[in-house]
Amino acid sequence: MDAVLATFLRALAFGTPLLWAALGEIVAERSGVVNLGVEGMMLLGAFFAFATAQITGSPFLGLGAAGLAGTLAALVHALVCVRLRANQYVSGLALGMVGAGIAGLLGRGWEGTPLGKALPELSGITLSGLVLSGLVWGFLYHTRWGIALRSVGESPAAADAQGVSVPLVRSLAVGFGGFTAGIAGGFLSVAYRPSWTEGMTAGMGWIAIAITVFSGWDPLRAVAGSLLFGTLFHLSFRLQGVVAPELLKMAPYLGTILALTLTTAHRGSRIQEVPEALGVPYVRGER
Amino acid sequence: MRRIGPLLLLPDPNPPGWWAVCVSLLALVGACTAAGGVFWAYGVSPLVAYRVIAEGTFLDSRALPEVVRRTIPLLLVGTGLVLAFRAQFWNIGAEGQLLSGAVAATGVALFSPLPSGLLVPAMLAAGFALGALWAALPAFLRLRWGAHEVLTTLLLNYVAAYGVEWLVHGPWKGPSMMGFAYTDLFPEAAWLPVLAGTRVHWPTLTLGIGFAVFGNVLLYRTVLGFEIRVQGENPEAARYAGISPAKTVLAAALLSGGAAGLAGVGEAAGIHHRLLSPGQVSMGYGYAGIVVAWLARGNPLGAIPSALLLGVVFTSGDVMQVALRMPFRVTDVFNGLILLFLVGSTPLLQTRIRWAPVRSKPAPAPGGEGWTPSSRPS
Amino acid sequence: MRFFSPAAVADRPAPPEAGDAPLLVLRDIVKVFPGVVANDRVTLEVRSGEVHALLGENGAGKTTLVNILYGIYPPDGGEILLRGRPVRIPSPRHAIALGIGMVPQHPQLVRRHTVAENVALGLPGLPFFRPLRALEDRIRELADQYGLGVDPRARVADLSAGEQQRVEILRVLLRGARILVLDEPTSALTPQEARALFRVLRRMREEGCAVILITHKLEEVLEASDRVTVLRRGRVVGTLRTREAEARQLARLMVGREVQFGTARTPRPPGEEVLSLEDVWAPGDGGTPALRGVSFQVRSGEVFGIAGVAGNGQRECVEVCVGLRRGTHGRVRIFGQEVTGRGPRMIHEGGVAHVPEDRIRRGVVGGLSVAENLVLRRYRHPPFARGPFLDRRAIEAFARRLIALYTIDSPGPWVPARILSGGNLQRLILARELHGEVRLIVAVHPTSGLDVAAAQQVRRILLERRDAGAGVLLVSEDLEEILELSDRIGVMFRGRLVGVLPVEEADPERLGLWMMGHGA
Repeated sequence: MDAVLATFLRALAFGTPLLWAALGEIVAERSGVVNLGVEGMMLLGAFFAFATAQITGSPFLGLGAAGLAGTLAALVHALVCVRLRANQYVSGLALGMVGAGIAGLLGRGWEGTPLGKALPELSGITLSGLVLSGLVWGFLYHTRWGIALRSVGESPAAADAQGVSVPLVRSLAVGFGGFTAGIAGGFLSVAYRPSWTEGMTAGMGWIAIAITVFSGWDPLRAVAGSLLFGTLFHLSFRLQGVVAPELLKMAPYLGTILALTLTTAHRGSRIQEVPEALGVPYVRGER
Repeated sequence: MRRIGPLLLLPDPNPPGWWAVCVSLLALVGACTAAGGVFWAYGVSPLVAYRVIAEGTFLDSRALPEVVRRTIPLLLVGTGLVLAFRAQFWNIGAEGQLLSGAVAATGVALFSPLPSGLLVPAMLAAGFALGALWAALPAFLRLRWGAHEVLTTLLLNYVAAYGVEWLVHGPWKGPSMMGFAYTDLFPEAAWLPVLAGTRVHWPTLTLGIGFAVFGNVLLYRTVLGFEIRVQGENPEAARYAGISPAKTVLAAALLSGGAAGLAGVGEAAGIHHRLLSPGQVSMGYGYAGIVVAWLARGNPLGAIPSALLLGVVFTSGDVMQVALRMPFRVTDVFNGLILLFLVGSTPLLQTRIRWAPVRSKPAPAPGGEGWTPSSRPS
Repeated sequence: MRFFSPAAVADRPAPPEAGDAPLLVLRDIVKVFPGVVANDRVTLEVRSGEVHALLGENGAGKTTLVNILYGIYPPDGGEILLRGRPVRIPSPRHAIALGIGMVPQHPQLVRRHTVAENVALGLPGLPFFRPLRALEDRIRELADQYGLGVDPRARVADLSAGEQQRVEILRVLLRGARILVLDEPTSALTPQEARALFRVLRRMREEGCAVILITHKLEEVLEASDRVTVLRRGRVVGTLRTREAEARQLARLMVGREVQFGTARTPRPPGEEVLSLEDVWAPGDGGTPALRGVSFQVRSGEVFGIAGVAGNGQRECVEVCVGLRRGTHGRVRIFGQEVTGRGPRMIHEGGVAHVPEDRIRRGVVGGLSVAENLVLRRYRHPPFARGPFLDRRAIEAFARRLIALYTIDSPGPWVPARILSGGNLQRLILARELHGEVRLIVAVHPTSGLDVAAAQQVRRILLERRDAGAGVLLVSEDLEEILELSDRIGVMFRGRLVGVLPVEEADPERLGLWMMGHGA
């Protein structure tokens, strides 16, 4: 029984960075913008958090830097997609590449050194994920701005006609998504594995995007999704003695593909939960 | 219609051909400027960096073969992706498909009982097949269950990478050197021939150029290509015309996956002659292929100059590593920035810019028909 | 709270007499789009307490003018005066703040959200947390006061067109609008719903609001407005008091020449059956049945018009007929042969033409050339295809022929189709579909968005084909068009054909009742 509880708690802990990143992506996609650069923004966050924490000796400042880095990167995405109305998918991908590249570039030389003062794991961080999920839920469904944001994602023309500034709402939403992605990466490098390695996020950003999809863009269901994946990651770690480690590492990704397929298959063509205007740049005056 | 100071931007649905080239050039300049900023943050003067790049790549005739050898996988992957994107099959998994091709080549080279004359063709065929298969799975998941291929192809990259790692550390483990794991070296008959004195494995190069030409002919002169273009642009109209989405999506997946697989064969059998850890085989060609495809603006022949450009980018990575001690990662920054600026400049493609500093008197209408397509009736 | 409440209405100052200085003036407005002057020095004066109609055909410049008023885009010339003072309106938010409210022709509501959520969108004065609770009561109060009954908790997607329009009106009122603009408000309403709307407008007039009613329907002007301004090709051609105007005069102003009421359709004895549906059931996109046992026949040499408010199964019915949708039950026969389950290509090759609903999105592939679009239905066959290859020369020759035959105004066969105007796109589609042996034509909203000349050409082509022996299945939201072109008319409501009449016995009242589901 203790073992199960311990596994559950570890899974929750492992899943928290996923949850943070997924919640941010949910907010962004609910406003109608896809951000495929989450992985790169997480890496940027991880690097800046580590470097700042190492220099200043404060992991909290590190997290702050991580959030800032992620937000700035996301704002570039917002500039390209919302103001310039370019293809959201490719823009996100491109930014992800840039983010990963910059993190890798600047990160040279920081590798291998352990962090001076790390953030204690578990309880605080895990709780933060659950609290954030509740806050996002409350915001989306029970506040005035939440209605505005969801409307922008469903029908930007309707929101625009009511005087809601579509570019502003989308930029803020995307910025928030970058912020959480940065923090999620920051958690990895100042708490979970207090160190910096190139590519240390290992595709978690993509899994977070997948969680966004199969949790139906709902912040509460995202908790369940991240829990599931936290478990998969944790198990793959634990079973390393039994099964070849590389094969185990495949498990979370295969699991994500399976989950994605099952959920879209289950919903069939009535993909009712997708925000209607997702992925489509908005031009005023065009229907 | 937007106004920026003295410039008037008008929508133009049919701009002249040279305009696209201008916009692309503008984007490239923008990307290079931004990259310069990154160098500066790293502590290297942008001017020094670009001088080193120029000297090491196109200003040095000895560097040309290196550029070409980098171009080969980019050309194959890029052309395949042009076709895939044209069909609206967002294949982000070229990296994994390339690795699959490398695995297939290794399997054939090390373990198949074929006579040595047949090894090279067999490797190429197997590489194409396995790469195509690796892309066919996400295609199937999309056709049957609607799973979006962006995520599925991408996640399979990680699966492929770990698969290669497992093979190299496990069943196919060869003698390890300096702590890195490799498979055994391929027999000589399984080495792709290269041009004298260079590392340019010309069979795959020929295949690449041939594939680009084939892609062009396919898209514009065949029934299948026509269907791909219709399906890619307007799935509703395609249904109407009786075009089966399964056919076009599957064709796009198989062709792009197979091309990436060929690129993998080229890397494994032409450059390394063994299977290595995934990062050393692929080096980001799969993602860079996306940039190639985007820069080609939908035309397979356009992938040839685009791939060359990206080949220069990759080679500059080598050069900067040696001369300036910058990690190879810098190529990711370049690739990402180029793609970003290209994407950001796409709306400019269908715009005309006019110099109109003062508010001029509106010209009288030619009269008659409503106005251009995207307008509404009043 | 700043928004409307019944008490606030009673506190407002009494409305000024209609005859005072105008509330709103748009003076010498100019707006130019590439290739056309949409508004050419247009002046419009609206007084409070009046319903002012803005009359004109498709393309006359009405919507452009009110878009300028609502801040969607700026005028290229001229000025706007509100209560005598010039104002600038750079965005809808400013327009709303100035008391201008727009009720668009097609509801701009978030379908997935509730009525209250839609009304709350962008509404100032609401609490930040739990904004909907107090709002729902306000909505009910206002609805009672103006006769705009609607449930604040209902999802917009479940509402009828008339109810959705009420939500739009409520929203506008709650923001304190004193100037209401209604863009073609009755286009999706049954005659009875339209009359209910006019009652609401009269109520607003009594409250001192100014109402701008955009329409191209003469009876609406005569029934609902106090004054009317007529636009033609971007210019004002007259402003009259409705009491002193009459239909013929308005029509002449609107079109610029004497208008023939009625049509040149000659009655014909119908021939053999070309299309028959027998008890067809078919699912909609959401899974629930969109067609519930539809049966009708179309004969050669006749036009069978299907009227009905959009969303009652017409689209699904058409899709079943042309092979884009499979029925779950029942039989579809074309030219006497059962075609249930056949795909669109086979049905088309059997001699069925389909002029689709949304020509830009469904009918044409914008990035492909005009020539390639023209062969979209027949590219697989010789002479256009030889084995796996396309014969471009044959395609070009064919395209040139059709371009000449249907007078498609295009710079050449190889330019991308997206540069063509709406009318030319429709000609392209007609050319593509009607070429060859066509014995059944399925036309859906064939003249929507076209200017008068193009629309008349389309109608003429359809009638010519009918005279030549083809059967025509016509689906249109425009009841006038159906009455003008059809030999027999059927009305669809909630997936059933609730009545079929020969056109001589059809009158808008009766059809309107059927469209709302009241008995057959």
